[in-house]
Amino acid sequence: MKRWKFRLSGSGGQGLITAGIILGEAAVIEGKEVVQSQSYGPEARGGASKAEVIIDDKKINYPKVVIPEVLLAMSQEAADKYGTEIEDNGLIIIDSSMVNNFKNDKAKIVNIPITKLAKEEIGKTFVANIIAISALVNLTKVVSFDSLKQAVLNRIPKGTEDINLKALEIGWKWAQSN
Amino acid sequence: MTSKKARLIQGNRACAEGAMAAGVRFFAGYPITPSTEIAEIMSEELPKLGGKFIQMEDEIASMACIIGASLTGKKVLTASSGPGISLKQEAIGYACMTEIPCVIVNVQRLGPSTGGPTSSAQGDIMQARWGTHGDHPIIALCPSSVYECFTLTVTAVNFAEKYRTPVYVLMDEIIGHMREKVILPNIDEIKIVNRKRPTCPSNEYKPYQIDETLIPAMADFGTGYKWHVTGLFHDETGFPSGKPKVIEEQFKRLMTKFDKYSDEILSWEETEAEDAEILLVAYGSTARSALDAVNILRSEGIKVGLFRPITIWPFPEKRLKTLAEKANKIIVPEMNYGQLILEVERICKDKASVGGLFKFNSLPITPEEIMFKIREVL
Repeated sequence: MKRWKFRLSGSGGQGLITAGIILGEAAVIEGKEVVQSQSYGPEARGGASKAEVIIDDKKINYPKVVIPEVLLAMSQEAADKYGTEIEDNGLIIIDSSMVNNFKNDKAKIVNIPITKLAKEEIGKTFVANIIAISALVNLTKVVSFDSLKQAVLNRIPKGTEDINLKALEIGWKWAQSN
Repeated sequence: MTSKKARLIQGNRACAEGAMAAGVRFFAGYPITPSTEIAEIMSEELPKLGGKFIQMEDEIASMACIIGASLTGKKVLTASSGPGISLKQEAIGYACMTEIPCVIVNVQRLGPSTGGPTSSAQGDIMQARWGTHGDHPIIALCPSSVYECFTLTVTAVNFAEKYRTPVYVLMDEIIGHMREKVILPNIDEIKIVNRKRPTCPSNEYKPYQIDETLIPAMADFGTGYKWHVTGLFHDETGFPSGKPKVIEEQFKRLMTKFDKYSDEILSWEETEAEDAEILLVAYGSTARSALDAVNILRSEGIKVGLFRPITIWPFPEKRLKTLAEKANKIIVPEMNYGQLILEVERICKDKASVGGLFKFNSLPITPEEIMFKIREVL
Protein backbone atom coordinates (compact mmCIF):
# COMPACT_ATOMS: atom_id res chain seq x y z
CA MET A 1 0.00 0.00 0.00
CA LYS A 2 1.19 3.50 -0.74
CA ARG A 3 1.33 6.22 1.89
CA TRP A 4 -1.87 8.23 2.15
CA LYS A 5 -1.72 11.85 3.29
CA PHE A 6 -4.98 13.61 4.07
CA ARG A 7 -5.69 17.18 5.05
CA LEU A 8 -9.21 17.90 6.29
CA SER A 9 -9.86 21.63 6.48
CA GLY A 10 -12.72 23.92 7.31
CA SER A 11 -13.61 26.13 10.23
CA GLY A 12 -13.66 25.39 13.93
CA GLY A 13 -16.80 23.51 14.97
CA GLN A 14 -17.34 21.57 11.73
CA GLY A 15 -16.04 18.39 13.33
CA LEU A 16 -12.94 18.01 11.19
CA ILE A 17 -10.75 16.72 14.00
CA THR A 18 -13.41 14.12 14.80
CA ALA A 19 -13.52 13.23 11.11
CA GLY A 20 -9.74 12.82 11.14
CA ILE A 21 -9.88 10.59 14.21
CA ILE A 22 -12.64 8.45 12.65
CA LEU A 23 -10.65 8.04 9.44
CA GLY A 24 -7.59 7.12 11.51
CA GLU A 25 -9.51 4.66 13.66
CA ALA A 26 -10.98 2.98 10.58
CA ALA A 27 -7.42 2.41 9.36
CA VAL A 28 -6.39 1.08 12.79
CA ILE A 29 -9.24 -1.45 12.53
CA GLU A 30 -7.60 -2.64 9.31
CA GLY A 31 -4.25 -3.02 11.06
CA LYS A 32 -2.62 -0.05 9.37
CA GLU A 33 -0.19 2.45 10.83
CA VAL A 34 -1.78 5.83 11.52
CA VAL A 35 -0.66 9.24 12.73
CA GLN A 36 -3.16 12.05 13.19
CA SER A 37 -2.38 15.65 14.06
CA GLN A 38 -4.15 18.98 14.00
CA SER A 39 -3.54 22.68 14.06
CA TYR A 40 -4.32 24.46 17.29
CA GLY A 41 -4.17 28.05 18.30
CA PRO A 42 -5.73 31.27 17.07
CA GLU A 43 -6.22 29.84 13.60
CA ALA A 44 -8.41 27.07 15.07
CA ARG A 45 -10.83 29.54 16.64
CA GLY A 46 -13.32 30.52 13.98
CA GLY A 47 -10.68 30.77 11.27
CA ALA A 48 -9.40 28.01 9.03
CA SER A 49 -8.60 24.83 10.93
CA LYS A 50 -7.23 21.51 9.80
CA ALA A 51 -6.75 17.93 10.83
CA GLU A 52 -4.16 15.74 9.15
CA VAL A 53 -4.05 11.98 8.84
CA ILE A 54 -1.27 9.78 7.49
CA ILE A 55 -2.03 6.11 6.78
CA ASP A 56 0.51 3.52 5.71
CA ASP A 57 1.44 -0.15 6.09
CA LYS A 58 4.89 0.91 7.21
CA LYS A 59 5.97 2.85 10.28
CA ILE A 60 5.32 6.59 10.04
CA ASN A 61 8.07 8.80 11.42
CA TYR A 62 7.61 12.47 10.53
CA PRO A 63 4.04 13.01 11.73
CA LYS A 64 2.99 16.07 9.72
CA VAL A 65 1.64 16.28 6.20
CA VAL A 66 3.81 18.51 4.02
CA ILE A 67 1.83 18.23 0.77
CA PRO A 68 -1.37 16.18 0.95
CA GLU A 69 -2.66 14.06 -1.89
CA VAL A 70 -6.23 14.37 -0.65
CA LEU A 71 -7.67 17.66 0.57
CA LEU A 72 -11.13 18.26 1.97
CA ALA A 73 -12.16 21.91 2.13
CA MET A 74 -15.38 22.75 3.95
CA SER A 75 -15.14 26.55 4.06
CA GLN A 76 -14.12 29.27 1.63
CA GLU A 77 -11.32 30.39 3.94
CA ALA A 78 -9.93 26.85 4.18
CA ALA A 79 -10.16 26.44 0.40
CA ASP A 80 -8.26 29.71 -0.06
CA LYS A 81 -5.65 28.87 2.54
CA TYR A 82 -4.94 25.22 1.75
CA GLY A 83 -6.30 24.85 -1.79
CA THR A 84 -2.95 25.34 -3.54
CA GLU A 85 -1.09 22.74 -1.47
CA ILE A 86 -1.85 19.47 -3.22
CA GLU A 87 0.16 16.74 -4.91
CA ASP A 88 -0.01 16.62 -8.69
CA ASN A 89 -3.09 14.61 -9.71
CA GLY A 90 -4.27 14.67 -6.14
CA LEU A 91 -7.90 14.84 -5.08
CA ILE A 92 -9.71 17.87 -3.69
CA ILE A 93 -13.18 17.45 -2.23
CA ILE A 94 -15.02 20.73 -1.97
CA ASP A 95 -18.13 21.39 0.09
CA SER A 96 -19.85 23.27 -2.70
CA SER A 97 -22.51 24.60 -0.35
CA MET A 98 -19.81 26.47 1.61
CA VAL A 99 -17.22 27.25 -1.08
CA ASN A 100 -18.27 29.47 -3.99
CA ASN A 101 -14.98 30.18 -5.54
CA PHE A 102 -12.35 27.56 -6.18
CA LYS A 103 -9.96 26.56 -8.90
CA ASN A 104 -6.99 24.22 -9.05
CA ASP A 105 -5.72 22.74 -12.31
CA LYS A 106 -3.26 20.30 -10.74
CA ALA A 107 -5.81 18.14 -8.97
CA LYS A 108 -9.06 16.36 -9.56
CA ILE A 109 -11.84 18.37 -7.97
CA VAL A 110 -15.03 16.78 -6.70
CA ASN A 111 -17.80 19.15 -5.66
CA ILE A 112 -20.31 17.87 -3.13
CA PRO A 113 -22.86 20.08 -1.37
CA ILE A 114 -21.93 18.45 1.93
CA THR A 115 -23.46 20.88 4.43
CA LYS A 116 -26.58 21.32 2.30
CA LEU A 117 -27.08 17.55 2.15
CA ALA A 118 -26.73 17.34 5.93
CA LYS A 119 -29.29 20.09 6.41
CA GLU A 120 -31.82 18.94 3.82
CA GLU A 121 -31.58 15.17 4.02
CA ILE A 122 -31.01 14.78 7.76
CA GLY A 123 -31.90 18.12 9.28
CA LYS A 124 -28.66 18.36 11.27
CA THR A 125 -25.60 20.16 9.93
CA PHE A 126 -23.37 18.51 12.54
CA VAL A 127 -23.32 15.27 10.53
CA ALA A 128 -21.71 17.08 7.59
CA ASN A 129 -18.32 15.74 8.68
CA ILE A 130 -19.62 12.17 8.43
CA ILE A 131 -21.00 12.75 4.95
CA ALA A 132 -17.65 14.24 3.97
CA ILE A 133 -15.55 11.41 5.34
CA SER A 134 -17.80 8.81 3.75
CA ALA A 135 -17.45 10.45 0.34
CA LEU A 136 -13.70 10.72 0.87
CA VAL A 137 -13.40 7.02 1.67
CA ASN A 138 -15.53 6.09 -1.34
CA LEU A 139 -13.37 8.20 -3.67
CA THR A 140 -10.05 6.93 -2.30
CA LYS A 141 -10.89 3.41 -1.07
CA VAL A 142 -8.28 3.99 1.63
CA VAL A 143 -10.35 1.78 3.96
CA SER A 144 -13.45 -0.35 3.48
CA PHE A 145 -16.97 0.92 4.10
CA ASP A 146 -17.36 -1.62 6.91
CA SER A 147 -14.28 -0.38 8.73
CA LEU A 148 -15.45 3.20 8.37
CA LYS A 149 -18.91 2.30 9.66
CA GLN A 150 -17.37 0.51 12.65
CA ALA A 151 -15.14 3.51 13.40
CA VAL A 152 -18.11 5.89 13.23
CA LEU A 153 -20.18 3.73 15.59
CA ASN A 154 -17.25 3.50 18.04
CA ARG A 155 -16.81 7.25 18.19
CA ILE A 156 -20.26 8.91 18.11
CA PRO A 157 -22.49 9.63 21.15
CA LYS A 158 -25.21 7.08 21.99
CA GLY A 159 -28.55 7.87 20.41
CA THR A 160 -27.06 9.37 17.25
CA GLU A 161 -26.45 6.07 15.46
CA ASP A 162 -29.34 6.40 13.01
CA ILE A 163 -28.54 9.86 11.73
CA ASN A 164 -24.83 9.09 11.50
CA LEU A 165 -25.46 5.88 9.55
CA LYS A 166 -27.76 7.82 7.26
CA ALA A 167 -25.04 10.44 6.80
CA LEU A 168 -22.61 7.65 5.88
CA GLU A 169 -25.04 6.35 3.23
CA ILE A 170 -25.60 9.79 1.76
CA GLY A 171 -21.89 10.58 1.44
CA TRP A 172 -21.14 7.16 0.02
CA LYS A 173 -23.91 7.29 -2.60
CA TRP A 174 -23.17 10.86 -3.64
CA ALA A 175 -19.54 10.02 -4.28
CA GLN A 176 -20.52 6.87 -6.20
CA SER A 177 -23.03 8.51 -8.50
CA ASN A 178 -21.16 11.73 -9.27
CA MET B 1 -7.63 0.22 31.77
CA THR B 2 -5.36 -1.11 29.06
CA SER B 3 -6.17 -4.04 26.85
CA LYS B 4 -4.03 -5.53 24.13
CA LYS B 5 -5.83 -3.80 21.37
CA ALA B 6 -4.64 -1.36 18.74
CA ARG B 7 -5.83 2.13 19.59
CA LEU B 8 -5.40 5.60 18.16
CA ILE B 9 -4.54 7.81 21.14
CA GLN B 10 -2.77 11.06 21.97
CA GLY B 11 0.65 11.22 23.61
CA ASN B 12 -0.88 13.06 26.55
CA ARG B 13 -3.36 10.24 27.09
CA ALA B 14 -0.65 7.60 26.86
CA CYS B 15 1.31 9.55 29.48
CA ALA B 16 -1.67 9.70 31.86
CA GLU B 17 -2.39 6.00 31.37
CA GLY B 18 1.27 5.15 31.93
CA ALA B 19 1.27 7.09 35.18
CA MET B 20 -1.79 5.23 36.45
CA ALA B 21 -0.42 1.88 35.32
CA ALA B 22 2.77 2.61 37.28
CA GLY B 23 0.71 3.21 40.40
CA VAL B 24 0.32 6.99 40.48
CA ARG B 25 -2.68 7.74 42.68
CA PHE B 26 -2.20 11.45 43.30
CA PHE B 27 -2.14 14.32 40.83
CA ALA B 28 -2.05 18.02 41.61
CA GLY B 29 -1.78 20.54 38.84
CA TYR B 30 -2.90 23.66 37.09
CA PRO B 31 -3.92 23.01 33.49
CA ILE B 32 -1.86 24.63 30.77
CA THR B 33 -1.62 24.08 27.01
CA PRO B 34 -0.25 21.79 25.61
CA SER B 35 -0.36 19.53 28.68
CA THR B 36 -4.02 20.06 29.64
CA GLU B 37 -5.29 16.66 28.48
CA ILE B 38 -3.11 14.95 31.09
CA ALA B 39 -4.88 16.84 33.90
CA GLU B 40 -8.28 16.26 32.27
CA ILE B 41 -7.74 12.51 32.02
CA MET B 42 -6.32 12.23 35.53
CA SER B 43 -9.33 14.15 36.91
CA GLU B 44 -11.66 11.63 35.29
CA GLU B 45 -9.75 8.43 35.91
CA LEU B 46 -7.95 8.80 39.26
CA PRO B 47 -11.10 8.90 41.42
CA LYS B 48 -12.21 5.61 39.82
CA LEU B 49 -8.99 4.04 41.11
CA GLY B 50 -9.39 5.47 44.59
CA GLY B 51 -6.85 8.18 43.81
CA LYS B 52 -7.01 11.93 44.22
CA PHE B 53 -6.94 14.73 41.69
CA ILE B 54 -6.61 18.30 42.93
CA GLN B 55 -6.65 21.38 40.77
CA MET B 56 -4.49 23.79 42.74
CA GLU B 57 -4.47 27.58 42.74
CA ASP B 58 -1.22 27.70 40.78
CA GLU B 59 1.80 25.71 39.66
CA ILE B 60 3.91 26.46 42.73
CA ALA B 61 1.24 25.00 45.00
CA SER B 62 0.80 22.04 42.63
CA MET B 63 4.45 21.09 43.00
CA ALA B 64 4.40 21.54 46.77
CA CYS B 65 1.21 19.49 46.90
CA ILE B 66 2.64 16.43 45.13
CA ILE B 67 5.71 16.55 47.38
CA GLY B 68 3.42 16.48 50.42
CA ALA B 69 1.38 13.62 48.98
CA SER B 70 4.55 11.66 48.20
CA LEU B 71 5.58 12.02 51.86
CA THR B 72 2.42 10.15 52.80
CA GLY B 73 3.50 7.24 50.59
CA LYS B 74 1.62 7.97 47.38
CA LYS B 75 3.10 7.81 43.91
CA VAL B 76 2.62 11.29 42.50
CA LEU B 77 2.59 13.24 39.26
CA THR B 78 2.13 16.77 38.01
CA ALA B 79 2.02 17.97 34.41
CA SER B 80 2.63 21.41 32.99
CA SER B 81 4.43 23.40 30.32
CA GLY B 82 7.02 26.22 30.13
CA PRO B 83 5.55 28.98 32.32
CA GLY B 84 4.26 26.44 34.84
CA ILE B 85 7.52 24.50 34.93
CA SER B 86 9.38 27.75 35.66
CA LEU B 87 7.13 28.37 38.66
CA LYS B 88 7.70 24.86 39.99
CA GLN B 89 11.47 25.22 40.15
CA GLU B 90 11.88 26.16 43.81
CA ALA B 91 9.85 23.18 44.97
CA ILE B 92 11.66 20.88 42.52
CA GLY B 93 14.91 21.89 44.24
CA TYR B 94 13.30 21.09 47.57
CA ALA B 95 12.38 17.62 46.31
CA CYS B 96 15.96 17.09 45.08
CA MET B 97 17.36 18.14 48.46
CA THR B 98 14.90 16.16 50.57
CA GLU B 99 14.90 13.23 48.11
CA ILE B 100 11.16 13.00 47.63
CA PRO B 101 9.99 10.78 44.75
CA CYS B 102 7.88 12.70 42.23
CA VAL B 103 7.34 12.92 38.47
CA ILE B 104 7.01 16.17 36.55
CA VAL B 105 5.71 16.03 32.98
CA ASN B 106 6.76 18.97 30.83
CA VAL B 107 5.00 19.11 27.47
CA GLN B 108 7.33 21.70 25.98
CA ARG B 109 6.00 24.72 24.17
CA LEU B 110 7.76 27.71 22.70
CA GLY B 111 9.27 30.02 25.30
CA PRO B 112 10.46 32.07 27.12
CA SER B 113 7.52 33.45 29.08
CA THR B 114 4.06 32.84 27.62
CA GLY B 115 5.84 32.31 24.28
CA GLY B 116 3.78 30.16 21.94
CA PRO B 117 1.18 28.15 23.85
CA THR B 118 0.30 25.84 20.96
CA SER B 119 3.71 25.77 19.30
CA SER B 120 6.10 22.90 19.67
CA ALA B 121 9.59 23.51 21.00
CA GLN B 122 12.49 21.79 22.75
CA GLY B 123 13.70 24.81 24.64
CA ASP B 124 13.55 23.39 28.17
CA ILE B 125 16.42 20.90 27.86
CA MET B 126 18.79 22.96 29.99
CA GLN B 127 16.01 24.06 32.33
CA ALA B 128 15.33 20.40 33.09
CA ARG B 129 19.00 20.03 34.05
CA TRP B 130 19.63 23.31 35.83
CA GLY B 131 16.25 24.95 36.39
CA THR B 132 16.45 25.04 40.14
CA HIS B 133 19.38 26.71 41.86
CA GLY B 134 22.41 24.93 43.22
CA ASP B 135 24.02 21.71 42.02
CA HIS B 136 21.53 18.90 42.17
CA PRO B 137 20.86 15.48 40.67
CA ILE B 138 18.02 15.07 38.18
CA ILE B 139 16.69 12.50 35.73
CA ALA B 140 14.91 13.52 32.52
CA LEU B 141 13.40 11.11 29.98
CA CYS B 142 12.43 12.14 26.48
CA PRO B 143 9.75 10.18 24.54
CA SER B 144 9.54 10.41 20.77
CA SER B 145 6.37 8.41 20.20
CA VAL B 146 2.95 7.97 21.75
CA TYR B 147 4.00 4.48 22.85
CA GLU B 148 7.01 5.89 24.66
CA CYS B 149 4.83 8.48 26.39
CA PHE B 150 3.31 5.46 28.14
CA THR B 151 6.40 3.37 28.78
CA LEU B 152 8.68 6.23 29.79
CA THR B 153 6.14 7.61 32.23
CA VAL B 154 6.10 4.16 33.85
CA THR B 155 9.90 4.26 33.91
CA ALA B 156 9.89 7.79 35.35
CA VAL B 157 7.62 6.73 38.22
CA ASN B 158 9.82 3.69 38.88
CA PHE B 159 13.02 5.77 38.84
CA ALA B 160 11.49 8.39 41.16
CA GLU B 161 10.55 5.68 43.63
CA LYS B 162 13.76 3.69 43.44
CA TYR B 163 16.23 6.59 43.47
CA ARG B 164 14.14 9.01 45.52
CA THR B 165 14.36 11.90 43.11
CA PRO B 166 12.23 14.15 40.96
CA VAL B 167 12.09 12.79 37.41
CA TYR B 168 11.07 14.79 34.35
CA VAL B 169 9.17 13.35 31.43
CA LEU B 170 10.24 15.84 28.80
CA MET B 171 7.68 15.74 26.01
CA ASP B 172 6.98 18.34 23.31
CA GLU B 173 3.75 19.67 21.85
CA ILE B 174 3.95 17.45 18.77
CA ILE B 175 4.39 14.25 20.80
CA GLY B 176 1.79 15.33 23.37
CA HIS B 177 -0.94 16.22 20.91
CA MET B 178 -0.47 13.79 18.05
CA ARG B 179 -2.48 10.61 17.87
CA GLU B 180 -0.69 7.44 16.85
CA LYS B 181 -1.61 3.80 16.59
CA VAL B 182 -0.38 1.97 19.66
CA ILE B 183 -0.75 -1.40 21.30
CA LEU B 184 -0.01 -0.72 24.94
CA PRO B 185 1.25 -3.41 27.31
CA ASN B 186 -1.13 -5.11 29.72
CA ILE B 187 -0.91 -4.15 33.39
CA ASP B 188 0.61 -7.54 34.28
CA GLU B 189 3.43 -6.99 31.80
CA ILE B 190 4.54 -3.77 33.46
CA LYS B 191 7.42 -3.77 35.91
CA ILE B 192 6.50 -1.78 39.01
CA VAL B 193 9.06 -0.47 41.51
CA ASN B 194 8.12 0.68 44.98
CA ARG B 195 10.22 2.86 47.24
CA LYS B 196 12.23 1.23 50.00
CA ARG B 197 10.53 1.65 53.38
CA PRO B 198 12.16 1.28 56.82
CA THR B 199 12.10 -2.13 58.50
CA CYS B 200 13.55 -0.95 61.84
CA PRO B 201 11.36 0.02 64.82
CA SER B 202 10.09 3.59 64.54
CA ASN B 203 12.20 4.84 67.44
CA GLU B 204 15.39 3.73 65.68
CA TYR B 205 14.52 5.33 62.32
CA LYS B 206 17.03 7.77 60.89
CA PRO B 207 15.52 9.15 57.68
CA TYR B 208 18.80 9.78 55.86
CA GLN B 209 20.81 6.82 57.10
CA ILE B 210 22.29 5.13 54.07
CA ASP B 211 23.47 1.66 53.27
CA GLU B 212 25.36 0.35 50.24
CA THR B 213 22.46 1.31 47.96
CA LEU B 214 23.08 5.02 48.74
CA ILE B 215 19.30 5.49 48.79
CA PRO B 216 17.80 5.94 52.28
CA ALA B 217 14.60 4.13 53.31
CA MET B 218 11.56 6.40 53.29
CA ALA B 219 8.81 6.17 55.91
CA ASP B 220 5.23 7.18 55.13
CA PHE B 221 3.93 10.09 57.18
CA GLY B 222 1.30 8.96 59.61
CA THR B 223 2.76 5.52 60.27
CA GLY B 224 4.53 6.42 63.52
CA TYR B 225 7.95 7.14 62.08
CA LYS B 226 9.14 10.62 63.00
CA TRP B 227 10.88 12.52 60.30
CA HIS B 228 12.07 16.11 60.04
CA VAL B 229 12.00 17.23 56.41
CA THR B 230 14.05 20.29 55.54
CA GLY B 231 15.52 21.99 52.51
CA LEU B 232 18.54 22.92 54.60
CA PHE B 233 21.58 20.69 54.50
CA HIS B 234 20.96 17.96 57.02
CA ASP B 235 22.59 14.95 58.63
CA GLU B 236 21.22 11.42 58.76
CA THR B 237 18.68 12.40 61.42
CA GLY B 238 17.09 14.83 58.96
CA PHE B 239 17.84 17.85 61.17
CA PRO B 240 19.77 20.81 59.77
CA SER B 241 23.52 20.86 59.98
CA GLY B 242 25.97 23.59 59.01
CA LYS B 243 29.07 21.46 59.52
CA PRO B 244 31.23 21.59 56.38
CA LYS B 245 31.95 17.87 56.66
CA VAL B 246 28.25 16.99 56.82
CA ILE B 247 27.42 19.33 53.96
CA GLU B 248 30.19 17.93 51.80
CA GLU B 249 29.22 14.34 52.45
CA GLN B 250 25.56 14.94 51.73
CA PHE B 251 26.40 16.91 48.59
CA LYS B 252 28.71 14.20 47.28
CA ARG B 253 26.16 11.46 47.87
CA LEU B 254 23.39 13.47 46.19
CA MET B 255 25.52 14.26 43.15
CA THR B 256 26.79 10.71 42.69
CA LYS B 257 23.80 8.65 43.78
CA PHE B 258 22.82 7.77 40.20
CA ASP B 259 26.35 6.80 39.10
CA LYS B 260 26.05 3.38 40.64
CA TYR B 261 22.89 2.75 38.61
CA SER B 262 23.87 4.27 35.27
CA ASP B 263 23.42 0.96 33.42
CA GLU B 264 19.80 0.98 34.47
CA ILE B 265 19.12 4.71 34.11
CA LEU B 266 20.81 5.47 30.79
CA SER B 267 18.94 4.49 27.67
CA TRP B 268 19.21 5.45 24.04
CA GLU B 269 18.36 4.15 20.59
CA GLU B 270 20.72 3.79 17.66
CA THR B 271 19.80 3.60 13.99
CA GLU B 272 22.60 2.84 11.54
CA ALA B 273 24.92 4.52 14.01
CA GLU B 274 27.68 1.92 14.21
CA ASP B 275 29.39 2.80 10.91
CA ALA B 276 27.96 6.30 10.47
CA GLU B 277 30.30 8.94 9.13
CA ILE B 278 27.69 11.59 9.79
CA LEU B 279 25.88 11.06 13.04
CA LEU B 280 22.66 12.83 13.95
CA VAL B 281 21.93 13.34 17.63
CA ALA B 282 18.21 14.01 17.95
CA TYR B 283 15.50 13.50 20.54
CA GLY B 284 11.74 13.84 21.02
CA SER B 285 9.67 14.62 17.93
CA THR B 286 12.75 15.85 16.05
CA ALA B 287 14.19 12.33 16.17
CA ARG B 288 11.29 11.18 13.97
CA SER B 289 12.37 13.59 11.23
CA ALA B 290 15.97 12.50 11.72
CA LEU B 291 14.95 8.87 11.28
CA ASP B 292 13.28 9.63 7.93
CA ALA B 293 16.41 11.49 6.84
CA VAL B 294 18.63 8.54 7.80
CA ASN B 295 16.45 6.02 5.94
CA ILE B 296 16.32 8.10 2.77
CA LEU B 297 20.02 8.99 2.69
CA ARG B 298 21.12 5.44 3.51
CA SER B 299 19.21 4.25 0.45
CA GLU B 300 21.40 6.66 -1.52
CA GLY B 301 24.51 5.12 0.04
CA ILE B 302 25.31 8.01 2.37
CA LYS B 303 26.61 6.77 5.71
CA VAL B 304 24.31 8.61 8.07
CA GLY B 305 23.15 7.36 11.45
CA LEU B 306 21.06 8.46 14.39
CA PHE B 307 21.84 8.46 18.08
CA ARG B 308 18.67 9.20 20.04
CA PRO B 309 19.16 9.80 23.75
CA ILE B 310 16.07 8.60 25.62
CA THR B 311 17.57 9.51 28.97
CA ILE B 312 18.53 13.13 28.34
CA TRP B 313 19.77 13.72 31.93
CA PRO B 314 22.02 12.14 32.89
CA PHE B 315 23.28 12.00 29.30
CA PRO B 316 24.49 8.66 27.84
CA GLU B 317 27.95 10.10 27.46
CA LYS B 318 30.11 7.00 27.15
CA ARG B 319 28.25 5.50 24.21
CA LEU B 320 28.14 8.77 22.26
CA LYS B 321 31.87 9.20 22.79
CA THR B 322 32.49 5.75 21.28
CA LEU B 323 30.33 6.54 18.25
CA ALA B 324 32.06 9.89 17.83
CA GLU B 325 35.39 8.07 17.35
CA LYS B 326 34.01 6.74 14.08
CA ALA B 327 31.91 9.65 12.88
CA ASN B 328 33.58 12.61 11.23
CA LYS B 329 30.69 14.91 11.72
CA ILE B 330 27.91 15.18 14.23
CA ILE B 331 24.76 17.20 13.61
CA VAL B 332 22.32 18.10 16.37
CA PRO B 333 18.90 19.20 15.10
CA GLU B 334 16.72 20.68 17.83
CA MET B 335 13.74 23.00 18.13
CA ASN B 336 15.58 25.68 20.11
CA TYR B 337 18.52 28.05 19.76
CA GLY B 338 21.02 25.26 20.51
CA GLN B 339 20.86 23.50 23.88
CA LEU B 340 21.66 19.80 23.84
CA ILE B 341 24.40 20.59 21.33
CA LEU B 342 26.34 22.13 24.22
CA GLU B 343 26.44 18.74 25.93
CA VAL B 344 27.25 16.96 22.66
CA GLU B 345 30.11 19.42 21.99
CA ARG B 346 31.47 18.88 25.48
CA ILE B 347 31.49 15.12 24.97
CA CYS B 348 32.64 14.92 21.34
CA LYS B 349 34.69 18.02 20.66
CA ASP B 350 38.02 16.17 20.42
CA LYS B 351 36.59 13.37 18.28
CA ALA B 352 34.37 14.94 15.62
CA SER B 353 33.15 18.29 14.37
CA VAL B 354 29.79 19.20 15.87
CA GLY B 355 27.23 21.39 14.13
CA GLY B 356 23.62 22.28 14.83
CA LEU B 357 20.37 22.69 12.96
CA PHE B 358 18.21 24.93 15.07
CA LYS B 359 14.62 25.96 14.40
CA PHE B 360 12.63 28.20 16.70
CA ASN B 361 9.78 29.60 14.64
CA SER B 362 7.06 27.28 16.01
CA LEU B 363 7.33 24.84 13.09
CA PRO B 364 8.80 21.35 13.34
CA ILE B 365 12.12 20.46 11.73
CA THR B 366 11.32 18.48 8.58
CA PRO B 367 13.23 15.47 7.24
CA GLU B 368 14.02 17.58 4.14
CA GLU B 369 15.69 20.28 6.25
CA ILE B 370 17.87 17.68 7.96
CA MET B 371 18.81 16.10 4.61
CA PHE B 372 19.66 19.53 3.23
CA LYS B 373 21.95 20.18 6.18
CA ILE B 374 23.64 16.80 5.77
CA ARG B 375 24.26 17.36 2.06
CA GLU B 376 25.71 20.75 2.95
CA VAL B 377 28.39 19.24 5.19
CA LEU B 378 29.12 16.17 3.02
